[in-house]
Amino acid sequence: MSLYINIEKHLPSFDLKVNFEHKSGILGFLGASGSGKSMSLKCLSGLVTPSKGKIIVNDKIFFDSEKAINLSPQKRKIGYLFQNYALFPNMNIIDNIEIGISNMKNGEKKSLSKEYIERLGLEGLEKHYPWQLSGGQQQRVALARALITSPEILLLDEPFSALDQHLRNNLEKELMSILKDYSGNVIFVTHDIAEAYRVCNDIIVYENGVSLEKREKKDLFKRPKNLSETTLTGCKNISKAKKTGKYTIYAENWGHEYIVKNEVSENVQYICIRAHDIEVCVNDETVNTFPYIIDNIIENPFEFTVYMKNHTNHLANIIEYKVEKKNMKFSLKDTVYLTFPQNNMFYF
Amino acid sequence: MDYTPLWISIKTATIATIITFFLGILISYWMSNFKGKSKGLIDGLFTLPLILPPTVVGFFLLIICGKNGPVGKLLELFNTSLIFSWAATVLAAIVVSFPMMYRTTRSAFEQIDINIISVARTLGLSEFKIFYKIAIPLAMPGIIGGLVLSFARAMGEFGATLMIAGNIPGRTQTMPLAIFFAAEGGDMQKAMLWVVIIVTLSLFLILILNYWSEVQLKLMGRRTK
Repeated sequence: MSLYINIEKHLPSFDLKVNFEHKSGILGFLGASGSGKSMSLKCLSGLVTPSKGKIIVNDKIFFDSEKAINLSPQKRKIGYLFQNYALFPNMNIIDNIEIGISNMKNGEKKSLSKEYIERLGLEGLEKHYPWQLSGGQQQRVALARALITSPEILLLDEPFSALDQHLRNNLEKELMSILKDYSGNVIFVTHDIAEAYRVCNDIIVYENGVSLEKREKKDLFKRPKNLSETTLTGCKNISKAKKTGKYTIYAENWGHEYIVKNEVSENVQYICIRAHDIEVCVNDETVNTFPYIIDNIIENPFEFTVYMKNHTNHLANIIEYKVEKKNMKFSLKDTVYLTFPQNNMFYF
Repeated sequence: MDYTPLWISIKTATIATIITFFLGILISYWMSNFKGKSKGLIDGLFTLPLILPPTVVGFFLLIICGKNGPVGKLLELFNTSLIFSWAATVLAAIVVSFPMMYRTTRSAFEQIDINIISVARTLGLSEFKIFYKIAIPLAMPGIIGGLVLSFARAMGEFGATLMIAGNIPGRTQTMPLAIFFAAEGGDMQKAMLWVVIIVTLSLFLILILNYWSEVQLKLMGRRTK
């Protein structure tokens, strides 16, 4: 299983530039809406023709602008799951599922569709129409319809975004167990950080139509390498940075100098820390610990977000700190010591 | 009383609507997928007969199909002529009813969720199969609407018909022409009778249209009641 893509496409709102290679596992596209994730899937499936470049899936050339190769979507054998599932409303469930294999012999077709209907738990719904099904059932039909053609690659375009939160979690679990039996490559598009982390093995972040470097997901969340990766993975505390020594960085927006573990590069621009990763100390004896005043507290269902103001430098940015409810022991205007642990800070 | 205007009207409108129906579906499907720069202009030309006064449409047809027009000269080679024949009533009805079919059907095609067409492509369905297995059924309520409107327009055609087919009783005199000439001749009773027939037929058509599109929408679950 392999996927190679290196394409450019000029669009009215941005220039799409996608370049990556993928061997196995679930690959996530993470980015703001309108950053080119869905457009990449459309180029990959042949629904949209890129301006130039190359797309190769499982050693088959789908598109090559130099050799003037451009396979039609019909010939690419791609499983495409749309956000709204796009079931054919004029056909019942069995016809929806069988439409992609209508060239098969009747007996073969029937046994295959029976197998997929069982596998996806759709027994009894064969004669129903799409509008009579729940969101979850519709998704399973759409998956069965795509998987039955044994596609070279499966593209999932924000499959849960149209659903309620509690349905979402169930469907996600369901989807994951179905995908366990699928051996091809999967691309999963989402703008939900937590979802991307749970579902994918590797993640590519999109920034204004440009696909950034492919990253292993744990590595991506632990050590983002640029501003887009940092903000898209949900990091709240970001400051402009200046190198002051071999192991020291001055954070301009926070008004403090930090001692870091690895050697600092000359052109370091930003230093960041996640709201969860900051610690509260009793005194300032540990390294990278500074006094702060609690400026504001916001209550979430299971945690508090605490906004901390620099005790000495009032022009410095507010630091966002998250604490579980059971560990919450502060009140407004308290003075606390915040430690920025060396292991949890990242800079680039 | 001579009922030939009724039969001529029904015959003319039926033949014209059948031709408009197929022509309209093909052209509107082609136009709904057409991305060229001249799209606006072509669309305008197809819609023009709807906007123009029927006499203007009739005038153009007269120029094209008359003795000195290109079509008229061609027909002369076969020793036949279109002007003042029954075929001319059909031609006039096609030209004025086509925009009804074209516009309603095109907007029905354009309202189909693009993802549905896209997913059909990725599933390997040929463009022709997508057209008749997916696009046509999904646009069916619009197609039926266009069909009924076209038929009503074809049956009501007056101006263009008068200009290229004339008012020959028993051959080209349709109901709207019969009304005009009866009223002009002072036979108000006869005119009234034709008016009642046309109003009844039109109302009946609209009722069928409403019922049919309701059934179609229900089939696809867009109305659950």
